[in-house]
Amino acid sequence: MLKVRVIPCLDVKDGRVVKGVNFVDLVDAGDPVEQAKVYDAEGADELTFLDITASAENRDTLYDVVRRTAEQCFMPLTVGGGVRSVDDIRKLLLAGADKASINTAAVARPELVGEAAEKFGSQCIVVAIDAKAVRPSQWEVFTHGGRRATGLDAIKWAKRMAAAGAGEILLTSMDRDGTQRGFDIPLTRAIADGVTIPVIASGGVGALEHLVEGVRDGHASAVLAASIFHFGTFRVAQAKAALKAAGIPVRL
Amino acid sequence: MSTVLIDYGSGNLRSAAKAFERAAREHGLDASVAVTGDARALAAADRVVLPGVGAFADCKRGLAAVPGMIEALTEAVVVRRRPFLGICVGMQLMATVGREFETVDGLGWIPGEVVAIAPADPALKIPHMGWNELRIRTSHPVLAGLEDGDHAYFVHSYQLKAKEPRHVLATVDYGGAITAAVGRDNLIGVQFHPEKSQATGLRLIANFLRWRP
Repeated sequence: MLKVRVIPCLDVKDGRVVKGVNFVDLVDAGDPVEQAKVYDAEGADELTFLDITASAENRDTLYDVVRRTAEQCFMPLTVGGGVRSVDDIRKLLLAGADKASINTAAVARPELVGEAAEKFGSQCIVVAIDAKAVRPSQWEVFTHGGRRATGLDAIKWAKRMAAAGAGEILLTSMDRDGTQRGFDIPLTRAIADGVTIPVIASGGVGALEHLVEGVRDGHASAVLAASIFHFGTFRVAQAKAALKAAGIPVRL
Repeated sequence: MSTVLIDYGSGNLRSAAKAFERAAREHGLDASVAVTGDARALAAADRVVLPGVGAFADCKRGLAAVPGMIEALTEAVVVRRRPFLGICVGMQLMATVGREFETVDGLGWIPGEVVAIAPADPALKIPHMGWNELRIRTSHPVLAGLEDGDHAYFVHSYQLKAKEPRHVLATVDYGGAITAAVGRDNLIGVQFHPEKSQATGLRLIANFLRWRP
């Protein structure tokens, strides 16, 4: 049986780990490679790096972090942030990433997703969607780290990206990210039920029960969290034990 | 002993190479690992690994675009019978034909075709992505020490359907049995990513490095 994945996320800026609260107030806390090794040893199912500055000048720093991580962690690694072109994706794959996550660039030029899927296969193309509630049961896509509204309906956008060749959706609730109040379950469920590809729930995890909710109620195939793991509030093994106790299949 | 990973523009070659180096070190094997896009390097290779991510047709075209590569691969693997490991799309390329986006000939080493996964349960997501349990069908030196229920990391939307059941060494259940490993003679291919499957994967790689078919 396929297992539900627990994915620690490292927000990386200039080669260092940071974690934002509502995408501001960054707190610097560590070397991403060291942190990745800890998660690897703890049994994380995948790792995700999100390069939150992604300015062109500092891009090489990221490739170096990816390279050093891939040398030591033999588990799937997704990298997002600043992925703009097929060439960017190829560079990440060559550095040792397994999947590239596209967000702003997909909104700017939706054809990129199809081009990348045809070149590298859908399985390594993740489309990241940052969504914010605009009225009950309706969410809008935001880009640029949540700063820019797009006018796109999140559910329709997710379906369009799946049809274009995305292999997976990384769904972040901008309303919940950094709040520790749990995933936006109605949003997660609406997207997960609306597409045939896996959906990773993200944004707002503060308690282990939130992970259970994301899968059981939100129908997510995987759960992603940054702060609870990064600051040691919970260990990956505890997250898996909580999911297992709720009857959700996990790899122990 | 030299192991060559073929670089034809597809895949996470760096992490794959690192996994081979790590597996060799952990298991005390004397193995040099080289990533190469030069067909001539295959002449001196003791073992050959064909990785691959992406679409079947794109990978096949990429392989064909390297001057002399398919000929060198055939010479090393079919004529000189060097141990060969195909990973993910590298495994799928062992089939007769692939039907992803378009119909393209494979290397034709394992009779069969590569077709879209169609789970009986429509609620199952495609790609089949994540950790799933291996079901070992046939004991094989490269699968030594791997047991039913061991987890391996899969990420694929297509699967190799082998014509001959004896070529299927392991399966995985995803709305029905899906081919996880194929093999015959000096050839083995795995749909999952051993280089991403932590200890289970490193064990398989070490087994491959000491395999003498």
